[in-house]
Amino acid sequence: MSGTFLGMPGNFPKNAEKAVQNSQLRFNLRKATHTIRGKRASVVAELPDWKELRAAAKAVKDETLRHLDRYLVQLEEAVTRAGGHVHWARDAAEANRIVTGLVQATGESEVVKVKSMATQEIGLNEALAEHGITAYETDLAELIVQLGDDFPSHILVPAIHRNRAEIREIFLEKMPETPDGLSDEPAALAEAARLHLRERFLRSKVAISGANFMIAETGTLVVLESEGNGRMCLTLPETLISVVGIEKLLPSWRDLEIFLQLLPRSSTGERMNPYTSMWTGATEGQEFHLVLLDNGRTDVLADEVGRQALRCIRCSACLNVCPVYERTGGHAYGSVYPGPIGAILTPQLRGMGSELDASLPYASSLCGACFDVCPVAIDIPEVLVDLRAKAPHGAAERAGMRVAGWVLGDEARLAKAQRLASRVRGLVPRRLPGPLSAWTDTRDLPEIPEESFRDWWERHERP
Amino acid sequence: MSAREEILGRIRRAVRDAPEVEIPRDYRTSVPVDDPVGLFAERVDDYRAVVHVLPAAEVPAKVAELVRGRRMIVPDGLPDEWTGGAAGGAELSGADGVVTGCAVAIAETGTIVLDAGPGQGTRAQTLVPDYHLCVVRADQVVASVPEAVARLDPVRPLTWISGPSATSDIELNRVEGVHGPRTLEVIVSI
Ligand code: SF4
Repeated sequence: MSGTFLGMPGNFPKNAEKAVQNSQLRFNLRKATHTIRGKRASVVAELPDWKELRAAAKAVKDETLRHLDRYLVQLEEAVTRAGGHVHWARDAAEANRIVTGLVQATGESEVVKVKSMATQEIGLNEALAEHGITAYETDLAELIVQLGDDFPSHILVPAIHRNRAEIREIFLEKMPETPDGLSDEPAALAEAARLHLRERFLRSKVAISGANFMIAETGTLVVLESEGNGRMCLTLPETLISVVGIEKLLPSWRDLEIFLQLLPRSSTGERMNPYTSMWTGATEGQEFHLVLLDNGRTDVLADEVGRQALRCIRCSACLNVCPVYERTGGHAYGSVYPGPIGAILTPQLRGMGSELDASLPYASSLCGACFDVCPVAIDIPEVLVDLRAKAPHGAAERAGMRVAGWVLGDEARLAKAQRLASRVRGLVPRRLPGPLSAWTDTRDLPEIPEESFRDWWERHERP
Repeated sequence: MSAREEILGRIRRAVRDAPEVEIPRDYRTSVPVDDPVGLFAERVDDYRAVVHVLPAAEVPAKVAELVRGRRMIVPDGLPDEWTGGAAGGAELSGADGVVTGCAVAIAETGTIVLDAGPGQGTRAQTLVPDYHLCVVRADQVVASVPEAVARLDPVRPLTWISGPSATSDIELNRVEGVHGPRTLEVIVSI
């Protein structure tokens, strides 16, 4: 995987230290994660067969991965038959080259984009910019992030670290047509974004998307979204380019009956997200290109324990229950994939050559909450422990090991450590790289700078 | 070696020793619901869309009432009694609204699915206008997602709609209506 870097440099512990000192971030994160968590729990409880859906989803994904070669070829045939074009990219550089070439062939120098983690992972916007092509993000949160010149902090709500006053400032500064009288009401801010993007949607000739699912049997691509910017991008432009990781595949059309129940409920805590678009090949006169992306995925696939990370459907449920994520936010993970899934996916995709990536498997207390909520039953603690065993030992490890304990503080530590001890014992026959002893070593580390809500309110909200 | 061959080769090597997998499909593929239309209406309402459940004979008058004064897009193949006498033919960018039928509706999730079939318009026609009025026949309402998937044809472009467009991106406050129609109104014809 190329060294595309998104997020903070450094290592997780250092980043975490900075993040936990940012009260705004911690307050927003806590509110967001707890709200979504509650909504998720209530809509999941509505389905009496959640357990069976989860078991089926896990097996479908494992089966797909087991025969990924066959299913990809089947997908390619189906997409091609339906008038689409399929491209294969070994790594980020190749994917960026393909997409750049496709955009250049249209003669356009602007593209609209619908939020896609795969294109963030490969640094597509930056690569296009080098060739004089401007990519406009259209998801409201991505727009806030892009205009504010910073990085997404949550898979689902990437701008959760920004409050309404900051968003208003960003819009006033970066969207010239926005009236000075703009209020910081969320509805007014959304309206400003609507107006800002509408012309662009109607005028754009090329769009770039990712996809939540691809169906091998039929060649169908599926995108779930809320705002309608996805539909705008997928529908209006003459050329559509979708960049999708090879693991996003499902064998049959019927499999959607499982995932369309699991994903919205796990993700936004809704029975269904507002819009889901499905299209097969070239649709309604559009030209369609599908870029299949490896970029380290086949390395993950080769790892017996780690390959389960490829089942991930990016719902972000694991972020919302993670006590470490709640306190540090997404930026500390130094990658497009934050939270528990990032802690197991990033070191596998990029390798553990850097200090940051080697410290990621330690960004967890192994409490297991992520596993419990994961709709495809990825045993994140199991993969974390396995990665810890593989991580190069040294400074990064020592710094990394203490982070979860430090982030969580004293109250939680004892209970977690006990749970950790019992959990880890069953999981690792190999030598542990010492995380257990680290728990006792961390006692004299600084506590999280606790600031009560009232203090925060005094400083930020009072007129 | 081409990228395609190389990636396929890497995959084959990676999974050589991986076990075969059985898929347990023990989840519900149909859901017993006493009153699918009632449940559908309730769930659509939960999304803050407007719902009317009416006898078929009253639908034309209701449509006429709702489209009055609006420049409406009327897609090809929409039954005459659902046009509400709207002149139709509004240009995409100048239209205030669109009136359509649908392919399937799902009670459990309050979802409408359009498949670009007769009376459903192109994908753009149900996206660009700010108001979407959708007429659903009672026999198009299924109870659950699996029953809807079974009825749909993936060769057609499909749009699943559950309430008006929305965002929770600003401090997690839900705001209805970003880029899609800000008002979704549904008539279930029974
Ligand atoms: S690991 Fe599981 S819970 Fe986390 S984002 Fe992926 S699918 Fe969702």
